[in-house]
Amino acid sequence: MHPAPELPLPDSSLQPSKIQIKGIKEGLLVLLGEGEWSEIRQALLEQLDRQGEFLRGARLALDVGDAILKAVDLGSLRDGLSERGLYLWAVLSNSPTTEQTAQMLGLETRLTKPRYASMDEYAHGGLHGVEEAVMVARTLRSGASVQYPGHVVVIGDVNPGAEIIAGGNVVVWGRLRGLVHAGANGDEGAVVCALDLRPTQLRISDQIALSPKRKGKPQPEIASLRNGAVVAEPWKP
Amino acid sequence: MPAKVVTITSGKGGVGKTTATANIGAALAQNDLKVVCLDADIGLRNLDVVLGLENRIVYDLVDVVEGRCRLKQALIRDKRLPELFLIPAAQKRDKSAVSPSDMVRLCNELREEFDWIIIDSPAGIERGFRNAIAPTDIVVVITNPEVSAVRDADRIIGLVESEEKGPARLIINRIKPSMVRKGDMLSPEDVLELLAVELIGLVPEDEGVVTSTNRGMPVVMDGRSRAGQAFRNIAQRLMGAEVPFLDLEEGGGLLGRLARRIRQGGD
Repeated sequence: MHPAPELPLPDSSLQPSKIQIKGIKEGLLVLLGEGEWSEIRQALLEQLDRQGEFLRGARLALDVGDAILKAVDLGSLRDGLSERGLYLWAVLSNSPTTEQTAQMLGLETRLTKPRYASMDEYAHGGLHGVEEAVMVARTLRSGASVQYPGHVVVIGDVNPGAEIIAGGNVVVWGRLRGLVHAGANGDEGAVVCALDLRPTQLRISDQIALSPKRKGKPQPEIASLRNGAVVAEPWKP
Repeated sequence: MPAKVVTITSGKGGVGKTTATANIGAALAQNDLKVVCLDADIGLRNLDVVLGLENRIVYDLVDVVEGRCRLKQALIRDKRLPELFLIPAAQKRDKSAVSPSDMVRLCNELREEFDWIIIDSPAGIERGFRNAIAPTDIVVVITNPEVSAVRDADRIIGLVESEEKGPARLIINRIKPSMVRKGDMLSPEDVLELLAVELIGLVPEDEGVVTSTNRGMPVVMDGRSRAGQAFRNIAQRLMGAEVPFLDLEEGGGLLGRLARRIRQGGD
């Protein structure tokens, strides 16, 4: 899976115990330096206290670098943050142990886009019959990824190297050249349609198909599962 | 007038970022604009070689950032084009020696002195790329008419948009019209259909570029080179002029080709 384009890169040149707070689409991203966890934690809380009311109510993602953290460390930090009116929703880490800890506490371990899906919907899994859709009114370029438990509608192109993973149907008002997965939660009735359907790879439920080589004028097509195989048909108005 | 900052970037390596930086910089300087080319490819510096200024380096970008010299001391003036300057990259350090905010500060200082600042970005999408686009006003993405370069250009354009430095502009470099005609190479139309950004240059494949790079003499200084003409046109477009794109088709049939062969042979 490609990282979201706005994912900040881990910064290897951080000074010890230097804390950076950045604004990102999903709220605030806090980059912690290296050092003793208790000191870092203290420094972070002090810095947040200095910012005072300004940050109150913010959604916070924490990049802890290489630090190996146990449930008690993260749990107490989360409490400390919530006392200050801050909501910790994600912990990014280079350590698998810390990632596991974070997941145990119900925290995200990557910056997905709440714009496309609320965390609750993900947690509840299968979304059969859900009629919710997300509208993406721009071209998805290589490296972009949209994941949504409901339907996905794109007005624009989906370029090679971009991907759409939807629980429901995928509709592309444009050229579909990237990877698309409809019915990703197992819905075999999901369909993919596009004005120009030439994905790198098309998946519906657990079936995978490649686009055949095609010449001539593009035409709108709908792909669906028929007898367990992906079939694409021209769309006739 | 404070300078405009242009960053030349591509994602993929070897598509012509450094050549484009040197030539666009030189072409702007030929129009009596004061230009500084800034090599942001720390650790793999090249721009000094392409500009033929390698032997004049005393201080570099990292020396300026780390305060070992004043900015003026790192500026190398090109004697052939008195309006053209270079700040070379450091060769013994890596990308982490400079931060995006260092680049912003440096360019703010340069803006007062120059009309144009052209930054040569390293390949890739990591720290070096972030450094190169941090201070920029205009991002120019350069690509070749081949699938892998176009794919990377697409990714870069997306990143530029998400950093709110867009919309990026596009140069397609090293086009071979004969291969395009046979359907063996992506046409400029194919590339534009995918990337959907403003095109500011079509540069034909030209052996003169290799010669000029080896000699340290930007190809825009050669009045007869077609690639040189293409880069001069790009400079004009950056300056806001409307210039028609070069007709890449190599001349009108047999007679045109013959005429050109005779002209080239006569040099």
